[in-house]
Amino acid sequence: MNNNVMRSDLGKVQGLGSAKHGVGHWKIQRITAIGMIPLLLWFIPSLLITILGSYDEGILWIQNPFNATGLILLIGTLFFHASLGLQVVIEDYVHSEGLKVLSIMLIKLLSILLGVLSILCVLKIFL
Amino acid sequence: MNRPRPLSPHLQIYKPQITSILSIFHRLTGISLSIGSFIIVAWIVSLSMGIESYSYFMSIVDNWFVQIIIFGFAFALFYHFSNGIRHLFWDAGLGFELKSVYISGSIVVLNAIILTTLTLYFVYF
Repeated sequence: MNNNVMRSDLGKVQGLGSAKHGVGHWKIQRITAIGMIPLLLWFIPSLLITILGSYDEGILWIQNPFNATGLILLIGTLFFHASLGLQVVIEDYVHSEGLKVLSIMLIKLLSILLGVLSILCVLKIFL
Repeated sequence: MNRPRPLSPHLQIYKPQITSILSIFHRLTGISLSIGSFIIVAWIVSLSMGIESYSYFMSIVDNWFVQIIIFGFAFALFYHFSNGIRHLFWDAGLGFELKSVYISGSIVVLNAIILTTLTLYFVYF
């Protein structure tokens, strides 16, 4: 940044975008975190009690519409939360602009891929 | 900005304290849980592909080394879960006094240890 340029502070920031969405990332990170609380309180005991038994028990468990719904919500929330969290870590520690953008993009694409794949598999078992 | 300057958080010059250790551990467990999510995906995918692929998945999981890793993930999950709730209380403006920070930190660590032990007990006994 050239400090000799005679521009006012306001002039420097104008055109860089409005600040109206600045809190969006932070907020969604918290909303997904709050969503994970009931989902995990339900999923972890279920996982331990029924699912880890046999193949048939797992299939039967997912074929229950409430379990399938919960599992799809869990998958979506999990990958949303994870990609937001990893993004912050990358933004804090990766200082090269190109590598930063590339790795964040990769994280987001991978999260979508894994999310869609798992949801599709839940649907396949459920239907 | 011709020269890259150190960005916060300055881990190199930060004196380790219980508060900072727990905070860094929240990130570390978050990162490892992202990697651990592959196991959940593998479980669902193998289940959807039929009993043969599910048995193959189970044969990989049925190994002491893999099970140690999975229990590592379980501990990470219980820690990140408990400490995440602690963070949500802070977001609501509660528990900022140094004494409460230490107390809630100890509760989080204790809770993670207890829940992991209970899980271990439930799975093997």
